Amino acid sequence: MKDDPRENDKPKRRKLRVGVSRRDFLKITSISAAAVPVLGTKVVRAAGEPVKVYGPGKIPVELTINGAQHNLQLEPRVTLLDALRDQLGITGAKRVCDRGECGACTVLLDGKAVYACSVLAIEAQGKPVATVESFMQGEDLHPIQQAMIDNDASQCGFCTPGFVVALKAGLYKNPNASPEEIQHALSGNLCRCGTYHGTQMAIAQMTQRKG
Amino acid sequence: MPDYNWPDAEHRTLIGKRVTRVDSRVKVSGQAKYTYDYRAPNMLFGKVVRSPYAKAKIVSIDTSAAEKLPGVKAVDIIQKPGTTVQWAGDDVVAVAAVDESTAEDAARLIKIQYRPMPHLVSDAEPPAGAAESAGPMSGDEINDAINNQMPDMQLIEYLRQYGVSFELDPGDIQEWRGEGVSEPVLDAIRKAKYHPAKSGVIHSAYKKAAAQTMGDPDRAFAEAEVVCEGLYGAPVIAHCCLEAHGSTSEWPDKDHLFTHISTQGVSGIAGQMAEPLEIPAANIRVHQDHMGGGFGSKFAADRWDVAAARLSRKAGGKPVRIMLERDAELEVAGARPSAYARVKLTAKKDGTVTGWQSQSWGTGGPGGGGMPPIPYVFGVPNQRKEHTAICTNIGPSRAWRAPNHPQAAVITMCAFDDLAARLNLDPLDLWLKNLDMTGRRRETYREELGIAADLMGWKANWQPRSQNVAGSTARGLGLSIHTWGGRGHESNCDLTIHPDGSVEIKMATQDIGTGTRTTIQIVAADTLGLPVEAIHLHIGDTLYPPSDASGGSSTPGGVSSSTRRAAVDARDAVFAKAARALNAQPSELECFNGTVRVKSDPGRSMTWQQACAKLGAKPITIRGKNPDSSKPPDLTSSGVGGVQMADVEVDIETGIVQVKKMVAVQDCGLIIDLKTAESSVYGALAMGISYALFEEKVLDQATGRMLNANMESYRLAGLNDIPELVVHMMTGKGYDERGVIGLGEPPVVSPGAAISNAVANAIGVRVPFLPLTPDRVLAALEQKNGGGKAGA
Repeated sequence: MKDDPRENDKPKRRKLRVGVSRRDFLKITSISAAAVPVLGTKVVRAAGEPVKVYGPGKIPVELTINGAQHNLQLEPRVTLLDALRDQLGITGAKRVCDRGECGACTVLLDGKAVYACSVLAIEAQGKPVATVESFMQGEDLHPIQQAMIDNDASQCGFCTPGFVVALKAGLYKNPNASPEEIQHALSGNLCRCGTYHGTQMAIAQMTQRKG
Repeated sequence: MPDYNWPDAEHRTLIGKRVTRVDSRVKVSGQAKYTYDYRAPNMLFGKVVRSPYAKAKIVSIDTSAAEKLPGVKAVDIIQKPGTTVQWAGDDVVAVAAVDESTAEDAARLIKIQYRPMPHLVSDAEPPAGAAESAGPMSGDEINDAINNQMPDMQLIEYLRQYGVSFELDPGDIQEWRGEGVSEPVLDAIRKAKYHPAKSGVIHSAYKKAAAQTMGDPDRAFAEAEVVCEGLYGAPVIAHCCLEAHGSTSEWPDKDHLFTHISTQGVSGIAGQMAEPLEIPAANIRVHQDHMGGGFGSKFAADRWDVAAARLSRKAGGKPVRIMLERDAELEVAGARPSAYARVKLTAKKDGTVTGWQSQSWGTGGPGGGGMPPIPYVFGVPNQRKEHTAICTNIGPSRAWRAPNHPQAAVITMCAFDDLAARLNLDPLDLWLKNLDMTGRRRETYREELGIAADLMGWKANWQPRSQNVAGSTARGLGLSIHTWGGRGHESNCDLTIHPDGSVEIKMATQDIGTGTRTTIQIVAADTLGLPVEAIHLHIGDTLYPPSDASGGSSTPGGVSSSTRRAAVDARDAVFAKAARALNAQPSELECFNGTVRVKSDPGRSMTWQQACAKLGAKPITIRGKNPDSSKPPDLTSSGVGGVQMADVEVDIETGIVQVKKMVAVQDCGLIIDLKTAESSVYGALAMGISYALFEEKVLDQATGRMLNANMESYRLAGLNDIPELVVHMMTGKGYDERGVIGLGEPPVVSPGAAISNAVANAIGVRVPFLPLTPDRVLAALEQKNGGGKAGA
């Protein structure tokens, strides 16, 4: 039985023993245990459902970033973050923990805040991606960006784009949010310089503004 | 002689005001380009294969399979077979490939055989009798020290003190020189005393330093009215820079290297890379626009940076990027040494401290490390101190923001606080009682303690230990004081004024997030009567005049002084050309709000641009320096005092500590920008809460590996951990005239001690070691309630 999920576990188990990388892990979890290349088709059944299989090797990937369409050739294991940074040179989202712990790579996917390090580029197809680079209107800063500047909420600034994007997502989701609710929405973002006081002041400025 | 003095308060237009960080716009918009963001056409991705063992001899390395993998462009062996790796995660081989996943695949194909050796990763109190004096170094030990990047100063001192156990062969020096060992170290090896090896001696990992004695500790103990004993300490923590360590290097031609590196010391990198790469430092260009945090861990070019340059050379000069993965960043790219101590304080019943005795220990990695400066701030008259350095197989320590001071503060301030509790005194009174021991900053501390107490509502809210309990919630207050030097470092800049009035400054300094760009632009703009944005500043490149590394709070004093001298000279050069047109002497002119005018008759003025047009066809460029004894006065000085207080709430059922409020009162001489200065202190408080409550490198005794090398279990404080923070900067008379003093280090010193003291005040018992995690709090409570031994 070619598509017996148990058969397919074998090589991956061997990989796990030698240390599975995050990319491999994403690959495993996102196409489940049933990823067998079946001749003539790119669809397999996983947990009783038909599932598209991408790769191995580079495949065409179409991404819509900040309103512009990009056609790329990527291995399926490439994350949205690495596609943005290394393929497109859009570097506002930062790579820090690379496993969904720090929030420095936060982008908007279909308007929702996601960790770009934990989304595969292929998964982001068909949905608009917005990075911090899209927040300014011409030379005008977004009010969130202005609030961050007014309250000096960046020191080295490496975490700042993540905070700006998460703050925007939080206010978009709940325009009348209290400062506490917004602070909660930013609890997935970490800063080492300790710019939290400035960020709290920026949150206060934004939530008052929404009144 | 031109007047280089800082302008007095009435004549400052920007200095000391709240000026917005000049690079915040590019930071909030994602436009700021960091080293990690640098991306070049045809760039290759480097990966480092790291040792899985904490200590092991490398037996063999087989890179053949990796080299055959399509897409792999170069392989570089960092540590040869025969070398002993001294910590898990140590770099062994680097590989570069066309994309990152290919590089990862190639790294997995590299086969390295190790012979594991016994390791030590525990910094627990040395077992009785375990410590022995250090002995002469064998050739192998010197090799290991060099391979493991033992700091030069430490190695030199060790060689001077203990000598070597082998007869030096001239070839040895030649070989070490070839490996890039610095001349001062080679000199120390040459001069080291030869002690024939004693056979059968097993070197202990515990190195006991000679006891230090001051005054008459025996008498102090004999005459003591009270003796207070305690156990205190802080573990090894990581730097955890959000931008990982690393660089991208390329060879535009076979003789020239261009490296983009994340560093705190742009001007020093070329010299460090020149020797191992065997090219003149003059052929190396170093560049950095923005950097994502260093905190003391990014002064040097690291082995992986040299490897990236070597890989690039092997790959025909194509750019090779090596940025550390997060686990490596936490495991190998920096650690703050641990420090623990058993302390005995002697005192009079009125709280006057008379004697200090401490047995301390700690680890700074394979080199062991030194004793923190205890007793801290308080120069207790009678002292006896013994320290044991533990040489461990954890990543080597690096300077961590205010090196050794936070640990010293924990050990000292917590001991003083326990003494206050023992004597039923308010700690604030005990601190005031002993202020004479703090030396020349005594009155600063007195003033700051008063201000901090007011801002905290100390007198109204402080209660003796474990008196402020409601249900399962205990509340407490604690305090600590600290000091730091902060004198300005060596700095050079070129300030150019163009005939169209535009102003340009070039300086090979770096802005590590502390507001260095803002500082430079404020000083120049204030001096020239221009807005901040009129100054075109170029930093972060070895094409510009060198300025020292940003560490030890030395940058503000350095860059502001060199900029001030250059700006005053440039301004005076413009005055000299413009004076005739204004029918005045150059000395009668001043810059004001975009004009040059006659001081006594402001109506006689011209615009800055009109004045600069008098320069003629060519711009003028002035070199500014610090220090510069030919251009007095000294514009920077040293030695600050700070006070911090913490208000905490402890859940005595869960052991969870929450900081409710912190107050920081800080002096740093003349403040250039109040807004970013306050941010430094706010940030330090957040960082302090983080190391007080959460941070610790957890090492697995069995495997020698770091168990929490990720940002989920190496916990940093988040927004929800940050309470009300109150920052008060000391300014005005008594402070401004001291000149500019750095601020990065001092405010991060006290939070650990102040929070620990607040927790002790809340729960009535000392939690000996940071971080104050729930398990430790509960263990201390259990011990207090007679339930057995305290955990550590």
